[in-house]
Amino acid sequence: MMTSRTAEIWVGLFVVAGFAALFMLAMKVSNLSAYTDDDGFEIAATFEDASGLKVRSPVTMAGVTLGRVTDIKFDNSTYKAVVTMQIESRYNQIPAGTSANIYTAGLLGEKYVGLLPGSASNPCDEEKLQAELEGREPDLKGLDCSPQFLKQGSHIKLTQGSLVLEKLIAQFVSRFMEGDDSSKQKDSD
Amino acid sequence: MTNSDPVLLKVRDLHFSRGSRKIFDGVDIDIERGKVTAIMGPSGTGKTTLLRLIGGQLHPARGSIEIDGQRVNKLGHSALYTLRKRMGMLFQNGALLTDMNVFDNVAFPLREHTDLTEDMIRDLVLMKLHAVGLRGARDLMPSELSGGMARRVALARAIALDPMIMLYDEPFTGQDPISMGVLVRLIRELNDALGLTSIIVSHDIAEASSIADHIYLLSNGKVVAHGSADDLAESESEWAQQFLKGLPDGPVPFHYQAEDYLSDLLNGVNGR
Amino acid sequence: MLQAIQHLGRSGLDFFQRTGRAHILFSQILIGIYSLLPRLGLLVQQVYSVGVLSLLIIVVSGLFVGMVLGLQGYNTLVDFGAEESLGVVVALSLVRELGPVVTALLFAGRAGSALTAEIGLMKATEQLSAMEMMAVDPVRRVLSPRFLAGFISMPLLAAIFSAVGVLGGYFVGVGLLGVDEGAYWSQMQASVDYHEDIMNGVIKSIAFGVVVTWIAVFEGYDAVPTSEGVSRATTRTVVHSSLAVLGLDFILTALMFGES
Repeated sequence: MMTSRTAEIWVGLFVVAGFAALFMLAMKVSNLSAYTDDDGFEIAATFEDASGLKVRSPVTMAGVTLGRVTDIKFDNSTYKAVVTMQIESRYNQIPAGTSANIYTAGLLGEKYVGLLPGSASNPCDEEKLQAELEGREPDLKGLDCSPQFLKQGSHIKLTQGSLVLEKLIAQFVSRFMEGDDSSKQKDSD
Repeated sequence: MTNSDPVLLKVRDLHFSRGSRKIFDGVDIDIERGKVTAIMGPSGTGKTTLLRLIGGQLHPARGSIEIDGQRVNKLGHSALYTLRKRMGMLFQNGALLTDMNVFDNVAFPLREHTDLTEDMIRDLVLMKLHAVGLRGARDLMPSELSGGMARRVALARAIALDPMIMLYDEPFTGQDPISMGVLVRLIRELNDALGLTSIIVSHDIAEASSIADHIYLLSNGKVVAHGSADDLAESESEWAQQFLKGLPDGPVPFHYQAEDYLSDLLNGVNGR
Repeated sequence: MLQAIQHLGRSGLDFFQRTGRAHILFSQILIGIYSLLPRLGLLVQQVYSVGVLSLLIIVVSGLFVGMVLGLQGYNTLVDFGAEESLGVVVALSLVRELGPVVTALLFAGRAGSALTAEIGLMKATEQLSAMEMMAVDPVRRVLSPRFLAGFISMPLLAAIFSAVGVLGGYFVGVGLLGVDEGAYWSQMQASVDYHEDIMNGVIKSIAFGVVVTWIAVFEGYDAVPTSEGVSRATTRTVVHSSLAVLGLDFILTALMFGES
């Protein structure tokens, strides 16, 4: 029999190795390191078509993951999909005019939400623009002139839903058929 | 209860059966305090079963076993375990714990049941091992011991908690004459020196009767005869005479019960 | 005909009796664990013989299973041009299924059979009986620490198996077949969820640990105390616990991943 001291050391090493393996699985293999449930802010976007998108799908900008989809709902009055996303709080300077699109990773890969930065326009800028067009002095009284960013509860208005392969093919085919028809007509002329 | 009662262990009207086979059919035994009592009988009379009944590992179908005023078969789990601390049992082949050396085996009951310091346990273990003459073997593993030595270590372990009653299950079987002599002497000496009450279950007549104060002969689930060795030698029971003298034929027939020999042979294969 | 029915009835009764005894023993073992708390030395000794001694076979098998997954996964994925997803395939198969299941099967063969044989031999050589006569409850002294050790060791072994397997897949995929290293890890991280996958794998391995050690300990304790009985009990441990692990795996998988 092992002396109890040697056994104890081995058991200690075993337990450490086991927890090290668990830690590696958690941090290196899974997404625990990217878990930021508690801090961050939620934004929402309404899509015509959110097919293929899932809860926990990534939300990216310029290819970098900024957050995750937390909820996908059907709006009963507009018949559109309302997608709620959680963005990490350090990305607090995304312009308010940003648009959201649902893309596919690769040809058959999973869907994700891609954000395209828009203008950080505010009422102040709009007033200036308006004034310039009309050739008058801008009236900035009572208007907020700081740049506008996405924050808790923001709603993205500019969206482009999922591209469904069947729809694309259908469009392509119908266009092809049209093209075909017109060429035929030419021939007959 | 009554510590003055000279009878330490009373077995009354004991019935026990394994399946359909009756092992005990109304057995009465009295074991006196401080004496060595031998319980003898041919193989298969349930001598080991009797020890297990006394130890509370089996339950009788009927009857009672009373040790020092406590009815073994009526005790609850914890009371039974408390009683067992005062019993020592030597198993047929020692039953040493094979993953510990001799020292740890003897120390086992002390470590389990007492809060003694390692120093005191060491002293006690060495005393017990010295009593059986194996103080020098303390670092050996059970697999390195001869059968006789293993039994002596088991004996040291059984007396580690200073029990009031010792049960020996076939202590002499398969021993060479020397270790047999050692064991015979040890059982007697320990009994007298420690003030034990010993019960030996055995079918080795010469050895058992040389140290036993009282002998019970069991056969077919009943007590056939009892008394001192001299009493039994003069017993009129035919069965006792056959057993004590080792005659091949007598009340215990040589042949296992079978149909007629000749007709059995003539029947051929179809007959069975 | 009648005999066949009688036989069926007897084995049915036998089965229920054994199941009953196994459950009684299980509750006794659990009670015994409580009294084990002040005696951690016993537990350490058993974690050594149950866990540490299984470590070698677990690490080696984990490495090879991971390497095979790397090879097979690559060959399949490369047809779709999706070899970047190799990490996902390797990690998900290991963490969700192969880690807990293969570990449990190896554990049954390595530690479970040893437990049964040890306890069965202790019974056959009257050591358990001797303990009882020394007023030491063998369930508490012998079975509980072994059970608890299996319960503790199994999830750790499964985690080690999965981690080593992921590394094995990495060696083959990135080292030999030239999958991009960054893709291997990042795709894996993007697709493997901590709660959904890792934690469910851990829960599975805990359940398997309980079942395998329970069967092993019970078979040993219930063995016919002869050399033949012990060898039969050992075989039964490996067969029964392997079947139990696979069946339980299906149930757990259906419960955990069924509705996602």
